[in-house]
Amino acid sequence: MLKVSSLLNIATKLKNVCSIVNMAGYRQYSQNREAVVFPGIQSHYTEEMVFSDIQNEEKMDTFRIMNLKGKVINKTMEPDLSNETLVKMYKHCIIHKHMDKIMHELQRQGRISFYMTSRGEEVLQTGSAAGFHPEDLLFGQYREAGVIFWRGFSVYDMISQCYSNNSDLLKGRNMPVHYGSKEHHFVPMSSCLGTQIPHAVGVAYANKIKNKNLCSGVYFGEGASSEGDAHAAFNFAAVLKCPVIFICRNNGYAISTPTKDQYSGDGLAARAKSYGISTIRVDGNDILAMYAATKQARELAVKKNKPYFIEALAYRLGDHSTSDDSTVYKNAEEQEYWLVQGDPIPRFRKYLQDKGLWDDKTEESFNKEAKKEVLTAFKKADKQLKPNPNFMFTDVYKEMPERLQNQHQDWRKHILENADKYPLANHDQF
Amino acid sequence: MNLFESITSALDCALKRDPSACVFGEDVGFGGVFRCTVGLQEKYGADRVFNTPLSEQGIAGFAIGLAVAGATPIAEMQFADYIFPAFDQIVNEAAKFRYRSGNLFDCGKLTIRAPCGAVGHGALYHSQSPEAYFAHTPGLKVVIPRGPFNAKGLLTACINDPNPCIFFEPKILYRSAIEEVPVGDYSLPLSQAEVLVEGSDITLVGWGTQVHVLREVVKLAQEKLKVNCELIDLRTILPWDEETIAKSVAKTGRLLIAHEAPLTGGFGAEIAASIQVSLITRAYY
Repeated sequence: MLKVSSLLNIATKLKNVCSIVNMAGYRQYSQNREAVVFPGIQSHYTEEMVFSDIQNEEKMDTFRIMNLKGKVINKTMEPDLSNETLVKMYKHCIIHKHMDKIMHELQRQGRISFYMTSRGEEVLQTGSAAGFHPEDLLFGQYREAGVIFWRGFSVYDMISQCYSNNSDLLKGRNMPVHYGSKEHHFVPMSSCLGTQIPHAVGVAYANKIKNKNLCSGVYFGEGASSEGDAHAAFNFAAVLKCPVIFICRNNGYAISTPTKDQYSGDGLAARAKSYGISTIRVDGNDILAMYAATKQARELAVKKNKPYFIEALAYRLGDHSTSDDSTVYKNAEEQEYWLVQGDPIPRFRKYLQDKGLWDDKTEESFNKEAKKEVLTAFKKADKQLKPNPNFMFTDVYKEMPERLQNQHQDWRKHILENADKYPLANHDQF
Repeated sequence: MNLFESITSALDCALKRDPSACVFGEDVGFGGVFRCTVGLQEKYGADRVFNTPLSEQGIAGFAIGLAVAGATPIAEMQFADYIFPAFDQIVNEAAKFRYRSGNLFDCGKLTIRAPCGAVGHGALYHSQSPEAYFAHTPGLKVVIPRGPFNAKGLLTACINDPNPCIFFEPKILYRSAIEEVPVGDYSLPLSQAEVLVEGSDITLVGWGTQVHVLREVVKLAQEKLKVNCELIDLRTILPWDEETIAKSVAKTGRLLIAHEAPLTGGFGAEIAASIQVSLITRAYY
């Protein structure tokens, strides 16, 4: 317990320290200022009555490496990625785009119940995914197909999950696009928004105390950032010094809610910074910037055992989901601007073309190849049976408790007695 | 030991046998407001026994993450009355983690402790018994001990169990009774009720503090009404031991359930309904 006398001692020592404080260039103090002595607060006394306001402060910059034309602005910042990796990244984005288009159509045909495209956010996902170590455990929200895809979860795996067929690793228990795989160190998604954010912090803490030299990563939208879980997670990560990377995909909309109805202040970056988290705002349409920022954050998080926050700006070019029609609430001019100026894939292509890694011919042939890959996977997935119906009762607990066993047996008895009323032939076993 | 000391002892044993076990929550570092974590930070270090910021949903979410990563989190909610900000994390995340991930991931190592029940001066926000809310959630285990010996054995079982457990500690019992409690490691089975008094005329079922109330009822009924009661401590609320109660009721023909929680939708209603069904449809005679 700190005694009053020692507090006074500290106060006297600090009293005459000369500090010239430049607060974002707005106020300069040249006189001696008296330090505030208060647990957990670093401050000086002032006789000016000023209510601090983010509107009066400089807004956070947005980091980019290439401009809208795909030209690297400062060559020293260009990441050291091999030509092979760059082309692989681009191909991933292209396949992802085709998969989204085809899956969207399949939903319209009634073959799957629901889908969410990543249109406009493909490079954000691929670029950041490439910045992590493959064993860093990642958590997604739902619009992160490109992340798990980068880790080797195949198009067939994804389509099977959307179909809830018997190749679905999650046994048909989740809505489409809630991907996950142990092998790919990606935790299956929950439909609840923001709940995954504190999980990633807990994983990071476990990694820290076990000296694993791994970090965890978590993706979420700017809408989910309003959930209490997000605030708790940011605070816990900063206070408990957890090696976790927060990647906020600010895509301008939470279903129909625009950012102006979601937050005030300087976006999510300013908020994260105020929790004491090292933060950067990144042009999420710049794949090089996304990769570089994630890689750097990842290295520092593990080295320093502390959290990092990336607010990635990437406009949502598509609808929220197949249950949504964004023309009802989006401004057509705004959408048009982003389609022309802001589509991240052509921008990445320009960069590759300038490097001589891609041209119109490869673009055309690879588009065909990508489409074929998706259609082949879809045809295979479409033929699979639905999962074993008994999966409804398993994995609730590690072992099935007696009362659930009884319920399971009653249910089986009912199904078998009324087998003609149920589409059992569509399912794997019974 | 009294009950809070037996909790400390269970936590001490867990921290000793499992190097990935962590004990945390609000004010846990200095020993906790009910003194259940006294001395543990000094013994095991501030990395493993620590304060968290004041956020129950944060504590639950963070704890789930630790469990997913293979560590053993033992999280404290300072009062069961304040567990509700964590309700979503417990019900939608902890309880469903294994199921929704097709058994690829789970948070089975998670244990959440929370002092519950009335002490007489806690008024409406330091007195609740919220077990029924959680009993409606498949995937969770919910346990309530009646005394120090059971508290240590059942808490140890929760910590070792491969499913997420909520352990409610009736706080009036923390200092009310002393029992012989082994200093070493031991656990008692979950989902097993215990017949405390054998009888032939009526079955009395309770858990936590109510077990002590029912002990008095057993005596009074014998003295004043010449009624011979059988007393059962349910101990685990979810998944609960239907068989022990059904067998007892098959013998006595009568059932009385006492709980501290509100009547409507209380767990007593579940027991009453289930036992009637099971005596009719399942062969417990």
